[in-house]
Amino acid sequence: MLAQFDFDVIARSWVYLLRDGLTFTLTLTALATLGGMVLGTLLAVARLSRLPVLPLLAGGYVNLMRSLPLVLVIFWFYFLVPFLGQWLTGSERPIQVGGFTSALVTFTLFEAAYFAEIMRAGIQSIPRGQVFAAQALGLRSSRVLRYVVLPQAFRNMLPVTLTQTIVLFQDTSLVYVLSLTDLLGAASKVAHRDGRLVEMYLFAALVYFIISFAASRGVRVLQRRMAIAD
Amino acid sequence: MIEINAVDKWYGSVQVLKNCTTTVAKGEVVVVCGPSGSGKSTLIKCVNALEPFQKGEIVIDGVRLGTRGIDLSRLRARVGMVFQHFELFPHLRIDENLCLAQEKVLGRRRADALARSAALLERVGLAAHARKYPGQLSGGQQQRVAIARALAMDPIAMLFDEPTSALDPEMINEVLEVMIELAREGMTMMVVTHEMGFARKVARRVLFMDAGQIVEDAPKERFFARPETERARQFLSRILDH
Repeated sequence: MLAQFDFDVIARSWVYLLRDGLTFTLTLTALATLGGMVLGTLLAVARLSRLPVLPLLAGGYVNLMRSLPLVLVIFWFYFLVPFLGQWLTGSERPIQVGGFTSALVTFTLFEAAYFAEIMRAGIQSIPRGQVFAAQALGLRSSRVLRYVVLPQAFRNMLPVTLTQTIVLFQDTSLVYVLSLTDLLGAASKVAHRDGRLVEMYLFAALVYFIISFAASRGVRVLQRRMAIAD
Repeated sequence: MIEINAVDKWYGSVQVLKNCTTTVAKGEVVVVCGPSGSGKSTLIKCVNALEPFQKGEIVIDGVRLGTRGIDLSRLRARVGMVFQHFELFPHLRIDENLCLAQEKVLGRRRADALARSAALLERVGLAAHARKYPGQLSGGQQQRVAIARALAMDPIAMLFDEPTSALDPEMINEVLEVMIELAREGMTMMVVTHEMGFARKVARRVLFMDAGQIVEDAPKERFFARPETERARQFLSRILDH
């Protein structure tokens, strides 16, 4: 049965797949994680703040993003961002954004909602006594947050954050709907060009699996180490 | 130094402090005792403005709490506080625990802050542990670090909120010794504790609280020899009779 398949296509295309496709996927994952964490932390702080309106806005944003299918958000931003840019800059034509930038903005905004929830749990897990102690030393609330609460929240939430990043790594494959050349996109292009769909999609799946599996094992080791250190 | 004047505090509809009035003079050591839930810890947290109160006033070294526009952080920086559960920052080394507020609040340079930290750790007998993390220390050691951390801010007074209640019995004395030494050096102290031995040794006055009220406020000799209220007599007999 295997005779119908031509696995040689993988040998011919894997360099291209990894060099172009995987690089795109990993770059998008890393940058969106970074941006999502920064924005997500801000959202979490806003959501927990005692100022008026701010928690409502942040909560609304988080709930909206978490209630929409990612594919929809990707489409939406891809078609909307050029017009937003036009409106913001007042130019005559829609701004050309480019697939990568559009995908990066989308994933950052989307992930921020999830990281916001992770960070919110992390911040709330810090005992009140820690805040009292920091306040009693005369630290202002912004510094209590920056030097006492957030570092501990980050640390406590590191395993969950990394797990979320692994999910994001897989989710970035959705950019194929924008015909971008991520790992899956590259595999898909070769597959269609050479008529070798099964082989190429198998290979892409294998690469996703190896990286995700290795990473989640890594998270487990990290978790165990943290448990011992506590 | 610390004046507490007719302070009332409610949690929702539950009144936890009722008309509390007392003063702590400069250099005085006042022990606050009473059954659990009597409002001792709440009272001491109000002094540091960690808990808000609804009526009355608290004046610390001439600064009135609750006045609009007063800088709470500045005020708190001048009053040291030690907590029941130590509350060292677990992600920072011992010396970093001592340096953080010195640098960020007092604006000391790192070298000066480190020098002050080293001197204080030496004083509480923990100089060798400066580069460890709180989790590597015993409870008694952590509490001594917490005292050193508060002292690093050069406070005008120290508040202790049940500093030995969370400790194993064999570690209580090492903490009390540090506190006794501090008291003998003339530090103004307000101490919530059940350690009556400590009270006998260094307190000038004892406050006895029950159900949110200060029911006795007496020099320690009189408090231990002739408590005025039945409630205090019961409390003392229960706590001393073994």
